[in-house]
Amino acid sequence: MMKNFMMQKEIFLPLIIDIEDLGLDAGAHLLIKHGLASVPVGGEIVVSGRVPGWEAQLSAWCRAQGHALAFAADGAHITRSDIHAGRWRGATQTGHADPQQHGAVHEHSLPCYGLAARGATVEAGAPEYAFRLDKKHEVWTDNAADLYAQAVAAQWDPEQAIDWHAPFDLPAEVEDAVAQVMTYMIENENAALVVPARFLGQLHPHFREVQAVLAIQVADEARHIEVFTRRLRMRGREPALSTAGGQASLKTLLDEADFSVAGFLLSVLGEGTFVSLLNFLHEHAPDPVTRQIARLASRDEARHVAFGMAHLLRRLEREPEFRTRLANAVEARNDALSGTSGLNEEVFDALILLAAGEFTPAAIAIGYARVQALMIDMAEGRLGRLLRLGFEEKTARRLAALHTRNFM
Amino acid sequence: MTRPLIMGAVAYAPKVVTIWEGFKEYFRRHDFEFDFILYSNYERQVEAQFDGTLDIAWNSPLAWVRAQRMALARGQTVRAVAMRDTDCDLTSVLVVRSDSAVVASGGLSGLHGKTIGFGALDSPQANLIPRDHLRTQGLLAGRDYTARRFDLLSGKHGDHIGGERDAAQALMAGEIDAAWMIDGNHLAFSREGVLPAGATRIVARTGAYDHCNFTASPDAPTDAVDRFVGLLSDMAWDDPDVRPLLELEGLKAWRSGRTSGYALLARAVDDEKFYDAKGNILAADYRY
Repeated sequence: MMKNFMMQKEIFLPLIIDIEDLGLDAGAHLLIKHGLASVPVGGEIVVSGRVPGWEAQLSAWCRAQGHALAFAADGAHITRSDIHAGRWRGATQTGHADPQQHGAVHEHSLPCYGLAARGATVEAGAPEYAFRLDKKHEVWTDNAADLYAQAVAAQWDPEQAIDWHAPFDLPAEVEDAVAQVMTYMIENENAALVVPARFLGQLHPHFREVQAVLAIQVADEARHIEVFTRRLRMRGREPALSTAGGQASLKTLLDEADFSVAGFLLSVLGEGTFVSLLNFLHEHAPDPVTRQIARLASRDEARHVAFGMAHLLRRLEREPEFRTRLANAVEARNDALSGTSGLNEEVFDALILLAAGEFTPAAIAIGYARVQALMIDMAEGRLGRLLRLGFEEKTARRLAALHTRNFM
Repeated sequence: MTRPLIMGAVAYAPKVVTIWEGFKEYFRRHDFEFDFILYSNYERQVEAQFDGTLDIAWNSPLAWVRAQRMALARGQTVRAVAMRDTDCDLTSVLVVRSDSAVVASGGLSGLHGKTIGFGALDSPQANLIPRDHLRTQGLLAGRDYTARRFDLLSGKHGDHIGGERDAAQALMAGEIDAAWMIDGNHLAFSREGVLPAGATRIVARTGAYDHCNFTASPDAPTDAVDRFVGLLSDMAWDDPDVRPLLELEGLKAWRSGRTSGYALLARAVDDEKFYDAKGNILAADYRY
């Protein structure tokens, strides 16, 4: 129990703390620490206790803490040492937890912030962590926290969200086509998982909101891979074909070291195109399970696109010249892929068949027309996003046309 | 190259290498040539202070007592030149389970016929000084109580607190009736959960004694020793470069050495017949 700090006629009586029958082996040090915190360095408190041996415990505690101790008739007199302040001299303040506060997110987060929560005070001498992505303008998005919150709210459990027992029976050729499209989508989603995951490990934790977005993006992709695989295997199929050209296209995404450029190629162009594909599958897939999967995955991918767009809009607002770098990246990627065949024939044909739903000339004609419409939708989507990023129309059209034929 | 000041230390735990490598680096930053030799036990370290191997040694209190006696027998002098703030005025406490009938009052008569846990044979804090304390209360091992030793890493003078921890665990397991430990270890074992809060009670406490010190050998170069002590005193807790070393070594500041805190141990060493007046080892069952 703590008695009041009393002042009588200019005479300060020491603070008296009675730890009663609480030992320092049971938490009494908290009462003493609290008391010491209320007196200045060099100030004194008096402690009394009842538990047998409390004096020995107090001696040990004061010795370890660096406080002077003397026993008198009225109790144990502890003189507060300044040693504890020493640990925090030269400490670093790391912004604020609330990103809205002024100075909350530093333009350059330092290696010595390490893994500390943003806003924490970090002791001098803490180890330095080499996070490559440590500059705000390279990674930041003002609405990252909102996008993360939306993502958390929109998470879905494949077991609950998809009716895996919905009845359907497809011709073998169409089921094969579904398996091929799923094979292709899994491959693409592997890229969409690995790219943010790699950046996640390189991102300074100071940019907590961006870290959270990337983390949940990775979780989204893991879920997509799971449900695509599950759909693929529903009728006893194994994954089908993976082409060198498709993999070469995805490899250029993994090879891109710049966060913004990778986000542009993967999220804005690639996943943006993928949203069109998923919407197509939602509308035209021949079975209810594929349609449900496509609808749910499309929602997630749209968020990924939104994050990429928001980040790029912020960066381009501050660095308009960065547009040239983005344009060059599309051209370089196009050059790198010029020797490949683009979207594999099997996937293209499978999409037609899948949209046809049956193996008849009339149905195939419908499927073919739908895939053509998909191609137009994808190209328009790319163009629209490029225009929103401030590219001139002529450039935007050229870049939209140069985008990989692999879709992603 | 200037001959470095050579210090001896006992490797009672792997961290000892980290500590002294860190000190070596610190001294080198201040243009002071320093090196160290690690020993597996204090006995050989103290002996090396008299054959020209060591200029200085980081000695346990028992090693200090021996060094002092060996020096005296040779007509030489050793000096305690520095110690940690946490080396001053330690006490050991005898702990029982809360439900024990043993009480602090009545000259500890409740300990008659009981089994008491001690640390290593060569531990000043958990064997020699506690036995001395009980002797002053009229209690002798074998006659009045049964002593059970928790002997870990002999030759390290109890620096390894494992013996005290084993005794504390045996106490909670009901294998012994009481256990000795340094006052600070009573708190440490409580933090670790080895001794649940409120599950134990202190029934006896030894007088205050001092712990380790840097002992300068008889022939140590005075200037170098003075510079060594000066650099130790300069090690500030505020300095993030040296704070980790101080934390590892368990201190906040270095103090000048004092020899006033070893009387209890010297008496215990005689009573327990651990060393003779010349520093020869008497304890027959002591292996190191």
